[in-house]
Amino acid sequence: MALTDAQVSTLEKKAEEIRETILNMLVSAGSGHTAGSLDMADIFSAFYFHILKHDPKRPKWDERDRLILSNGHIVPVRYATMAHAGYFPISECLTLRKFGSRLQGHPEHLLLPGLETTSGPLGEGLSQSAGMAYAFKMNGTKQRVYVVMGDGEQDEGNVWEAVMFAGKYALSNITAVIDRNNIQIDGMTEDIMPLEDLRAKYEAFNWHVLDVNGHDIRAFVSAVEEANNIYEKPVLIIAHTIPGKGVPDIEFDYHWHGKVPSKDEVKRFLKELRTGAGRVPNEYA
Amino acid sequence: MLNTEIHLVENIFSDDIERSATRDGFGTGVVEAGEVDERVMVLCADLSESTRSDEFARRFPKRFVEVGIAEQNMVGFSAGLASVGKVPFVVSYSAFSPGRNYEQIRTTIALSKSNVRVCGMHSGVSVGADGATHQMLEDIGMMRMLPNMIVVNPADAEEARKVVTESVKIDTPMYLRFSRSATPVFTTHKTPFAFGKAITLWDSEKPRIAILATGSVVYRALLVASALASEGIESIVLNVHTIKPLDNDAILSAVQRTGRIITIEEHQVAGGFGSAVAEFLVSNYPVPMTMIGIQDRFGQSGEPDELLEEYGLGVGNIIKEVHKLILKN
Repeated sequence: MALTDAQVSTLEKKAEEIRETILNMLVSAGSGHTAGSLDMADIFSAFYFHILKHDPKRPKWDERDRLILSNGHIVPVRYATMAHAGYFPISECLTLRKFGSRLQGHPEHLLLPGLETTSGPLGEGLSQSAGMAYAFKMNGTKQRVYVVMGDGEQDEGNVWEAVMFAGKYALSNITAVIDRNNIQIDGMTEDIMPLEDLRAKYEAFNWHVLDVNGHDIRAFVSAVEEANNIYEKPVLIIAHTIPGKGVPDIEFDYHWHGKVPSKDEVKRFLKELRTGAGRVPNEYA
Repeated sequence: MLNTEIHLVENIFSDDIERSATRDGFGTGVVEAGEVDERVMVLCADLSESTRSDEFARRFPKRFVEVGIAEQNMVGFSAGLASVGKVPFVVSYSAFSPGRNYEQIRTTIALSKSNVRVCGMHSGVSVGADGATHQMLEDIGMMRMLPNMIVVNPADAEEARKVVTESVKIDTPMYLRFSRSATPVFTTHKTPFAFGKAITLWDSEKPRIAILATGSVVYRALLVASALASEGIESIVLNVHTIKPLDNDAILSAVQRTGRIITIEEHQVAGGFGSAVAEFLVSNYPVPMTMIGIQDRFGQSGEPDELLEEYGLGVGNIIKEVHKLILKN
């Protein structure tokens, strides 16, 4: 079922709140990964407020869908979204990366219920997702496994072992999402280690591949719906995103992969914040 | 003299003692575990026959997963299975697992406390003809450094069987180490086994040396003790199958009686079993100590026995080292 205009604008508003929280938590932490966290806000809004079968009050509920964050360094977007979804108070977001916090610099699922895995070292999330998906198929249960990966992460050999494996066993209960923002720490992905033709590579490994605008929530949701109706293959959604999406000064600049804004910058960025296809009205504008 | 309360085989020092590899004990044990526990799964990276996973694959085809030659994916996959309640045995040669996939084990199994058994076959120089690339000598060190990881190195095929069947009764990450070559099976079904509890195989009234051994070279420690006894040197032999957590009480009480200790392992001395014992003793009860093991070298092709001789694990060399230790101290 396609989203109504009202649903889309609700999800966009949520994405905007998530971006605001991300900026506040990063400036409070003083370190972290800004660009990827911001550019996945639309997709995380769609996941937590529309797609996922989950219950913030029962994070270990057996029948929940699993959302695996493989590129753990963008976890600020997940923490912020979980807080807005009611997993924990939004104020706890400001403990990010601080001593004693459940919100570790890279996510640890044993510390914070609702995270599914511990991640950060790249290339492992799809393997773990394959284990969960395989077990669900063995058990004959219906949970879906969503896994978010970075595009730079595709450099890892482990990813391709898992891609081959999921293709062989036709793990159609996996929907993978690659944040195709074209940047990694040292520069542009196609300069560091070219990934294209990414679609053809996954297709060659027996995956079904969809391309979407990762900031078009309606398009993303319908891609996920299409993925959930493919029973022969695992599905990859290549989500084309703008690194740092939402803050004009950060957008498209790979230098923001692994650094955070200053307090003064954040004041300005919050005023300029924009979500969705363009600028949306908000209290800072 | 031999501990008569632990039901060792009767013909223990006879040439006709049964020989079998600890990997064979794994193969038997994992089928037994699979029979009693439906959660048990075996994952294999294109080595099912030589890792003795093939019988499990025939008996329980739905619970056996061939992952191909992809040890990194195998570990992440196992962690995913474990998170849904399966009990996976991740099986390959130790040179590749944990040799190849250390970081995946660190993050997705140890740090994540995943209920997975990483099973490293073909450990030590006794792999034989395959040579240095396939003779893993660093795995105990790699695995015992990881918090949350239990490390077990069974002494013979029967103990290996028990290690596997007992392992599914506890919920913890584990590294289980096995050998390729057949060695004497000196324990029986009735010999007790509990994780973390060293087994006294040989004891004496006035022991002058504590001999602590782990893995399929434990039998050699018994040959050493028997030879020493015939020349009037009394000793204690402990089979320390669980390297982590160490049985500190058993080790302490042995060295308090002997004042000297020798450790025997088919692994680098650096970082291995002897090092673990030394770490404990140096801050609790320092005594003169000799560590028998691989001295900062890689292996090479050859027959298992000639390689063990070359790398200092021959019975004659161990006896010589005991003499030196007693003379010096």
